[in-house]
Amino acid sequence: MQQVFQRPVSLKDVPTHFCPGCQHGTIHRLVAEAMDEFGVRERTIGVASVGCSVFLYGYFDVDVVEAPHGRAPAVATGVKRARPDSFVFTYQGDGDLAAIGTAEIIHAANRGEDITVIFVNNTTYGMTGGQMAPTTMVGQKTSTSPYGRDHAKDGSPIRMAELLAQLGGVAFSARVAVNTPKNLMDARKQIKKAFRYQVEGKGFSFIEALSTCPTAWGVTPIQANERIGGEMIDYFPLGQFKDTAQWKPQPPPPAPVEQPGALSFPEFMNEI
Amino acid sequence: MSQRLFVKGNEAVAMAAIEAGCRYYFGYPITPQSDIPEYLSRELPKLNGEFIQAESEVGAINMLLGASATGVRAMTSSSSPGISLKQEGISYMAGSELPGVIVNISRSGPGLGGIDASQADYWQSVKGGGHGGYHIIVLAPASVQEMYDLTMLAFDLADIYRTPVMVLADSVVGQMKEALVPNPRPETTLPEKDWVVRGRKEGTEQKIVKSLFLGDGELEAHNWKLHGKYDVMREKECRQELFMTEDAQLIVTAFGSVARIAKTAILTAREAGMKVGLLRPITLFPFPTQAYRDVTGQCKKILDIELNNGQMVEDVRLSVARDAEVHFYGRPPGAGSLPVPEELFEQIKKYY
Repeated sequence: MQQVFQRPVSLKDVPTHFCPGCQHGTIHRLVAEAMDEFGVRERTIGVASVGCSVFLYGYFDVDVVEAPHGRAPAVATGVKRARPDSFVFTYQGDGDLAAIGTAEIIHAANRGEDITVIFVNNTTYGMTGGQMAPTTMVGQKTSTSPYGRDHAKDGSPIRMAELLAQLGGVAFSARVAVNTPKNLMDARKQIKKAFRYQVEGKGFSFIEALSTCPTAWGVTPIQANERIGGEMIDYFPLGQFKDTAQWKPQPPPPAPVEQPGALSFPEFMNEI
Repeated sequence: MSQRLFVKGNEAVAMAAIEAGCRYYFGYPITPQSDIPEYLSRELPKLNGEFIQAESEVGAINMLLGASATGVRAMTSSSSPGISLKQEGISYMAGSELPGVIVNISRSGPGLGGIDASQADYWQSVKGGGHGGYHIIVLAPASVQEMYDLTMLAFDLADIYRTPVMVLADSVVGQMKEALVPNPRPETTLPEKDWVVRGRKEGTEQKIVKSLFLGDGELEAHNWKLHGKYDVMREKECRQELFMTEDAQLIVTAFGSVARIAKTAILTAREAGMKVGLLRPITLFPFPTQAYRDVTGQCKKILDIELNNGQMVEDVRLSVARDAEVHFYGRPPGAGSLPVPEELFEQIKKYY
């Protein structure tokens, strides 16, 4: 009999601790499949972040370094620079990456570090009990936005995949979801594509995966999944925002025209 | 090696790091330590190393954490406000038992303070500057030669104890030029780094570098393990300089730059027939407690001099014999406020 479906070897055979309806497990599996496909497990170093995803090492059968909150891209930078032959990925939540870790993600991306970042966006701080995140939807009630996120006071959700696509060092940036079989198949494809960029040494690749948090959202798993396909994808559109295979660098801005004799200093410098 | 060079203390740090086999440096500009990243940004690429000017001190210490987890020798440097930012990462490195060298060419504070030489980071350095109750080894050079030698030692101690090690100096030692004999890296037996992450090869165990311990009793055991290491350091790694202490009636104690000034004042006192000596701690953690206990067996007067409002003096008081008097003279930093030898000689006369 031919076996047509099995657990990826990069994933451990352990029971999950994630809540019912949480999509971390699905995303873990897709990442592990990509690891298997490229045969990188034995040279993979994962960087775990702070949040529900910290238990990366409990699920992935790879070496893992645990980073302080938000700092995974900096830790991954150190790992990759010291061991350029390793395959390095971070796995971070939205509080970790889009709030406390904004400096680290933007600069690792801008330097074009040859790493892959898996960013799981569930619009809340899951582990700490469902507080407002930078990705929380306007109007969404959380334990620290009990009246709903107010655009005037709290700003609007950050679209990280689009934001990072602007940076020169980023080779690939895409947003995926795993709420329907079709989206899941596409997510699998995009994650593999992101991995391919690193395997081929072509620079920084970024996957934003929309995910559920039924526990923090206070809804059933089915309702949570429906929310992904509704307001979340409406605001966080799926797709590729950068794919350097198709991306052409912008021409540099024209050099300022030199005007002979027009050399001048700012006014305050003439006061002395 | 008999070669003698005329270099800055900061350059000596960078040279020692390279000689110690450090090929990875992560930093962020801040006065008065920028000679270190400038030197290494020039030299490391020639050695196939990596220099990264990080987005912040937070970024730099975490790059150090990542590089160190793979088993390489790596370093960062900064000055006081930047070291404050690194404390999060230092705590994680201490908790994860990661080696790494952190150089602090300290400046004055609190807050933005100024760039004058200061020893106000003593507490932050030796008491565990971040959260969670840990120590790191702290070495306090007083000369350009020691900047070199102690940086070299820092890498070995970091590997031996799997701990961050700080070299704590100030702009006097960092910016001063002196003769330096760039000694070759000493032969040291170092433990095998069998804990590093390099990718789990088939048939090997998964390696995890972490500081999160949630299992029943795990974290308590981990804390006792760390503190067991600190006890070993206290027993084996205390270093100090004793200068003219045998017959001393008063012993000056000071570390780093101000100890140099104190030494001149002590020589003046000796010329005046006063029996004065110097006890200069070289390791600030572990603090050379036994040396204080020993010297205060016969000498009952200690004068502690620091470029701050009194920090190390607390450890001195805890270390001396019960019947010894401990006096303090502090010069917190301000423009041009370094004490001159005559000023310290006045203090010696006051308490002699």
